[in-house]
Amino acid sequence: MKQFFILAFWAVFSGGLAAETKIIEVTSPGGITAWFVEEQSIPIVSISLSFQGGASLDPAEKQGATNLMMGLLEEGAGGLDASGFLEATDDLGARFSFQAGRDSVTVTASMLKSDLDKSVDLLRLALVSPNFDEIALERVRGQVNSNIRSSANDPNSLAGMAFNQLIYGDHPYGRDRDGTLETVAALTPDDMRVAHQRSMTKDRLVVGVVGAITPDELGVLLDNLLSDLPQSSDGNVADFEVLTSAGVTVIDLDTPQSVAIFGHRGLARDDPDFLTAFVLNHIMGGRVSTARLNVELREKRGLTYGISSFLLPYRHAATYLGQFSSSNESMGEAVDLVKAEWAKMAEFGITREELDVAVRYLTGAYPLRFEGNSAIAGIITGLQVANLPIDYPQTRNDQVRAVSLEEMNRVAAKIFLPEELVFVIVGQPEGF
Amino acid sequence: MDRLLKFTVAALIFVANPLAAQEVPITTYTLDNGMEIVVIEDHRAPTVTHMVWYRVGAADEPAGKSGIAHFLEHLMFKGTEAFPDGTFQQIIEANGGNDNAFTSQDYTAYFQHIAVDRLPLMMEMESDRMRGLILDDGAMLTERDVVLEERALRTESDPGSLFTEQRNAALFLNHPYGTPVIGWKHEVSALTLQDALDFYALYYAPNNAILVVAGDVDPARVYELAKQYYGPIAASDGITVRVRPQEPPQTAPRRLVYRDDRVATPYVIRTYLAPNRQSGNQQQAAALALLADLLGGSGISSLMGRRLQLDEGIALATGAFYNSRSYDPDSFGIYVVPKPDITLEQAEARMDATLEYLLENGVEPERLARSKRQILASQIYAMDSQSGLARRYGAALTSGLTLADVEAWPQALQAVTAADILAAAQELFDINASVTGYLTGPEATQ
Repeated sequence: MKQFFILAFWAVFSGGLAAETKIIEVTSPGGITAWFVEEQSIPIVSISLSFQGGASLDPAEKQGATNLMMGLLEEGAGGLDASGFLEATDDLGARFSFQAGRDSVTVTASMLKSDLDKSVDLLRLALVSPNFDEIALERVRGQVNSNIRSSANDPNSLAGMAFNQLIYGDHPYGRDRDGTLETVAALTPDDMRVAHQRSMTKDRLVVGVVGAITPDELGVLLDNLLSDLPQSSDGNVADFEVLTSAGVTVIDLDTPQSVAIFGHRGLARDDPDFLTAFVLNHIMGGRVSTARLNVELREKRGLTYGISSFLLPYRHAATYLGQFSSSNESMGEAVDLVKAEWAKMAEFGITREELDVAVRYLTGAYPLRFEGNSAIAGIITGLQVANLPIDYPQTRNDQVRAVSLEEMNRVAAKIFLPEELVFVIVGQPEGF
Repeated sequence: MDRLLKFTVAALIFVANPLAAQEVPITTYTLDNGMEIVVIEDHRAPTVTHMVWYRVGAADEPAGKSGIAHFLEHLMFKGTEAFPDGTFQQIIEANGGNDNAFTSQDYTAYFQHIAVDRLPLMMEMESDRMRGLILDDGAMLTERDVVLEERALRTESDPGSLFTEQRNAALFLNHPYGTPVIGWKHEVSALTLQDALDFYALYYAPNNAILVVAGDVDPARVYELAKQYYGPIAASDGITVRVRPQEPPQTAPRRLVYRDDRVATPYVIRTYLAPNRQSGNQQQAAALALLADLLGGSGISSLMGRRLQLDEGIALATGAFYNSRSYDPDSFGIYVVPKPDITLEQAEARMDATLEYLLENGVEPERLARSKRQILASQIYAMDSQSGLARRYGAALTSGLTLADVEAWPQALQAVTAADILAAAQELFDINASVTGYLTGPEATQ
């Protein structure tokens, strides 16, 4: 029955929207390059900026500097104080977001075409001449401290921080982006200026734009927005090799349900086997009903509301991890099931049927990601960060289809490493 | 013979510059069996969002069976004769689609996001499970454990959620909005197969459902498909206008303190009973929506943010919110997260002082104009989200509003005056119809 329906409805669905998304590369008169999709049907322009480096560039004693700095970019710039900047943004109907990540800092903006020039001018102020004044710094520092204190009691945050410390140790990836109460307390406006000059430079920058403008107009926009950024800065992060041996770490927290994060080393994004590993992970822990972990823990036994796993190819270390929550009394059974699935996959790999089902889903779902201007702006920026070619959306599904079962099972034995699988559990799980 | 096209409207969305007015084409139909259809055209990509909304939610549950609406939502994925044993999701996934469902106090909705040429298949499967669900005790018991894990994840692991449950239970003396959507744990643990089947048989029928299709579709073709798949399903005689127990006059302010060792960031929050959007008369709700925005909608540029975060410097965060789109009167809330050296009592006093300031001085015309510009911008950005538009219509139509109300809402917001807001505020801020709650950690805040 199952077979019949799946095959009967599996029509050929090649490419779809991804194939229709025409990304072009635009270079401004001033030499700034962006990937661009023209979309005239809605009078908005979505911009995604990603500066490589991110919070990992913070020196250990300045941990949290980049995060606090990004939080201050919308708190006053170029003669406008915090209220003035926010009111100007609201008046233009513009939306700006400033985030600090491990490997990059990102700026996303949505602007109305009717006020595009003024919106670009306002965003430029935030990017190139933020105030970093004492009053705003104190206010945002208070908010960051509040986040740090909340994270210290939150099971998910605790598990994430403990897992990172366990596998990355003293590497910057082992630290929390927010910083600690001690490091954040010591940060000064000068530290903000240093982090700003270090983080946001032209040679770290990748740009994606989608919206109701022409390539020529985009060239002018790019120069207006970005030409005043510094060219480059010092600051590098060392590569790190993840190496673990199987074990379980329990962090005691008085809560009825435990949270678990598990994992070990993974594959770098430019590893030739990455796409194969991506398909394998989908079969193991993807967000579909047929994923092995979902079937074993949720569908068959009701041990969790959700479990998933994913490859995390950071720029300087590659990790493979997963997470779920389960009641304290059932966490032991759940952990044993994950271990068993990991070992089974490493030894026996996948079946032809699993591969076929996965390829159908992945090739069909890929075009659905290309929906909405701001989503597409994020995707085309991500493609550049990952060093993928500009025609990747057109070739990606063919690459997924081209992977053989033999290749899958060779890579399964390489990426599923039961003897290295570590668990961090926060809660009061029974039997540990 | 189905009724002909009821009416076709173009949802006019006015931009600051009237020349840039944009249209989202909306077409509606009604099948003979009473099922309403809303088609939202978005031709940017060959995809579709297919949703079926039922006019039933947690607030319609029988007493003692809290959580049954949400539990049934989970069970709807278990199978039918035609699509048994989890094949529903497997088929969608094998076609590269994503699907899910959600339950609120007022509605339960199921959706798929998929390549547009799969729309007939989605209708075939969704119409099949409107009446054809097959359940057994084994599947029911396993899924009940999943729901209990979900409750543990969303509620019991989060002191803020536990606090919210207590506050809502205190705010609604009689109305079922005081019961959490996911259900009280002791009642969820005791739900049975028969409970689910009874609820399903009573409420899942075409004359209690709304089909919303958004995407790269031709409305006439959607109508033909809907007639083919949903048309043959018989209407249910059991569907009546929803009448829930209403609130008596509230005559005493309620206060509660929720103390939990896990709380690192204490805050004070007050909710007031508030009127909802009324079909054909949304002016008071529009005034309250703007009141929420001006009071605490956008951080430090709102009145509470400006006074308590910037000028007085006593708060880390402030905010206001208003649940306008509910079937029955709901709530309006304000909160202050004080700095660590400020007590919750002090924060509450400054929050009250801000309300008094507002009631004495009204709202500044310049700030009202800015809020309205922001709302106009939001209307344009909303067009970027196919599923967001589909949700807007589905939620409104299952909450007692009509398509005309949805179309009129932007203009209702633009028509609000400073005097309207002040009048709405004066009526709203009745301490006898409110709950003030402190969420606090192990250290007593005095």
